[in-house]
Amino acid sequence: MSGWQTLLYKEILRFWKVAFQTVAGPVLTAMLYLLIFGQALESHVKVYDRISYTAFLVPGLAMMSLLQNAFANSSSSLIMSKVMGNLVFLLLTPLSTINWFVAYVGAAVIRGLVVSLGVFAVSALFTELSFVAPLWIIAFAVMGATLMGALGLIAGLWAEKFDQLAAFQNFVVMPMTFLSGVFYSIHSLPPFWQTVSHLNPFFYMIDGFRYGFFGVSDVSPWLSLAVVATAMILVSTIALALLRAGYKIRG
Amino acid sequence: MSAISFQSVSKTYPSPRGPKGSTFLALDRVSLEIEEGEFFGLLGPNGAGKTTMISILAGLTRANSGQVSVLGHDVQVDFAQARRCLGVVPQELVFDPFFNVREALRFQSGYFGIKHNDAWIDELLSSLGLADKADANMRALSGGMKRRVLVAQALVHKPPVIVLDEPTAGVDVELRQTLWQFIAKLNKQGHTVLLTTHYLEEAEALCGRIAMLKSGRVVALDSTSALLKSASSNLLRFKIDSELPKALADKARVTGRIVQFPAHDALEVEQYLTAVREAGLVARDVEIRKADLEDVFLGVMNKNSGSADMEAGQFSDRSPPGKLAPSGGSAVGEATSGEAIS
Repeated sequence: MSGWQTLLYKEILRFWKVAFQTVAGPVLTAMLYLLIFGQALESHVKVYDRISYTAFLVPGLAMMSLLQNAFANSSSSLIMSKVMGNLVFLLLTPLSTINWFVAYVGAAVIRGLVVSLGVFAVSALFTELSFVAPLWIIAFAVMGATLMGALGLIAGLWAEKFDQLAAFQNFVVMPMTFLSGVFYSIHSLPPFWQTVSHLNPFFYMIDGFRYGFFGVSDVSPWLSLAVVATAMILVSTIALALLRAGYKIRG
Repeated sequence: MSAISFQSVSKTYPSPRGPKGSTFLALDRVSLEIEEGEFFGLLGPNGAGKTTMISILAGLTRANSGQVSVLGHDVQVDFAQARRCLGVVPQELVFDPFFNVREALRFQSGYFGIKHNDAWIDELLSSLGLADKADANMRALSGGMKRRVLVAQALVHKPPVIVLDEPTAGVDVELRQTLWQFIAKLNKQGHTVLLTTHYLEEAEALCGRIAMLKSGRVVALDSTSALLKSASSNLLRFKIDSELPKALADKARVTGRIVQFPAHDALEVEQYLTAVREAGLVARDVEIRKADLEDVFLGVMNKNSGSADMEAGQFSDRSPPGKLAPSGGSAVGEATSGEAIS
C-alpha cells in the first residue's frame, strides 16, 4: 500500500473497530425515526401520489444519516488526533495535501455509505423500496458524503476542543439536515419557508437523492446536481487550501 | 553535505502574555551545520528554542526566515524527501489508543510507503525490549514502554538522520541504558544523531559536539572535549550550615547548603577555606572535583545573561535550593512542559 492508501485504511479501521457506535448506533437512530414518524404520520401525510409516507421517509433518513456520519468521521478523527497529540505521527510523514484529503474524505464517504446501506437494509423489513434511477442515487450519495467529509475536515482543523466541534454539529449540521425536507416535502411549507429551504444546500442533496428512488422531486434533479456539485467543489477547495497552509496543525 | 543545516533561521510566536499582536522571538538568526555521522547535542534551558528548532526541522512549524535542510533537502520546498531522511522522537508521550504496538509501527511504515516491513519492525522491537509487547494495546503500556514505541516509530523508515527531543525526560534508568546503547549503535553504523536533553551527563557521555542555546541564540558551539577544557579548572565543593558572607558568596555557586568555588591550584583552595573559617563557618564534606559539562553550561549561561529574560534566573548562581541538582549534576532543572510551543 502506498502512503495515502495506508492512511485511508487506518481511517476506515478507526471507525470500523468501534462499529457499534459509528455504524450500528446511527442505523438504530434512523430506524426509530422511521418507526415513530412513520407510525404517527402514515395516515395523515401524503407527499406524492402512490408513495406511502413511510416509503417517502426512507431515502430522506438514509441521506440524513449518510451526511451526518460522513461529517462526524473526518471531524472527530481529526480533533481526537489533535487533542491526543498523535497527529504528529502524520505530520512527520511525506504525505501530501492531496493524500491527506483523499484519505480523510475517502473514509468519511465510506462510513456514510455503510451507514446508509444499513438504513436501507433494515428499512426493507418494514416497507417496500423502489430504485427508479440508481445512477442518481449513487451520484448524490457520493457527492453528499464527499461534501460533508470535506466539511468535517474543515471543522476538525478549526476546532480546538470537542466542545467547539459539538457546537458546529448541533448548530449548523443538525438544523440544516433536519430543515432540508427529510420529513416533509417543502411544497407543504408556507412560501417564506419554501424560499428559505431553497437556500439550504442540504435540501438539494435530499431532493436529488429521493428523485433516484421515485422519479419525482420538488425541483429538477439537474438543478440539485448543479447545486450539490458546486457546494462540494467549493468546500473541498477550502479544505485543501487549509490543509496546504497547515491551518492550526503546523505552527 | 551537511546532515542538518540551519541558515540564519528566525522564528517568532504570538506572545502568550504580552499585549495583543506582540510577538516572542523564539529563534534569532540561528545558524548551525551538523555533519553526517555526528552525535550532536543541543542544550539549553527551557524556552531556549531547542524544540522550536526541531519543530522547524521536522516541518511541524515554519520558520519566519532562513533556510533549513536535511541532507540537502529543503524542509519546505522538498519536504517529502527531507522527511524521508528524518526520524523524529517527539518530546510529548503521544500514542494512538486505537491500535496495538505492531499495528502502530505498520501504519507508520505505510505512511512512508514502505510495504512488508515486519523484519525491521521485529528488529526494532527486540532492540528496544518491546518484543513481548508487540500485541499489547498502546493504552496498556507504561510510560517508559510508550517512550520506546515512540523511538521505534521514528525509526520504521530507517532514516539516516535521527532526532531525539528529550527522549529520557522522566524515564527510568533501565530504559535510558537500553535506549542509549541502541542509539549509539545506530550512530556507529553511520546515522547522524541530534539530541536535546536536560541531562548534561548524557550529553557529556554521548555527544561529540555540542551547541548551547539561550533565548533563541547559539551561545556556544564546540566539541564536547573543547568545551570541557574551556571550563576553568577544578571545583572546591563543601557544605555549610549558615549563609556565606556576601563577598564570598559572589564568587561561589551556592545551591542550598552546597557551596562550590572554582579553584585553579592548592593556594586558592587554602584561601577559600581560610576565608570560610574566618567568617566563623565550618566547611564540611570538603572535596575537589573536576569541572563537568554542567559547569561549562552554567558558565556559558551566566556569561550570556545580559538579556533580562526569565529563564536566565533559573540558572544563576543564586538559585534557590532545589532548582539545581546538588553536585555532579544529573539534572539541570526538571524537564517541564514549559518549553516553547511545540
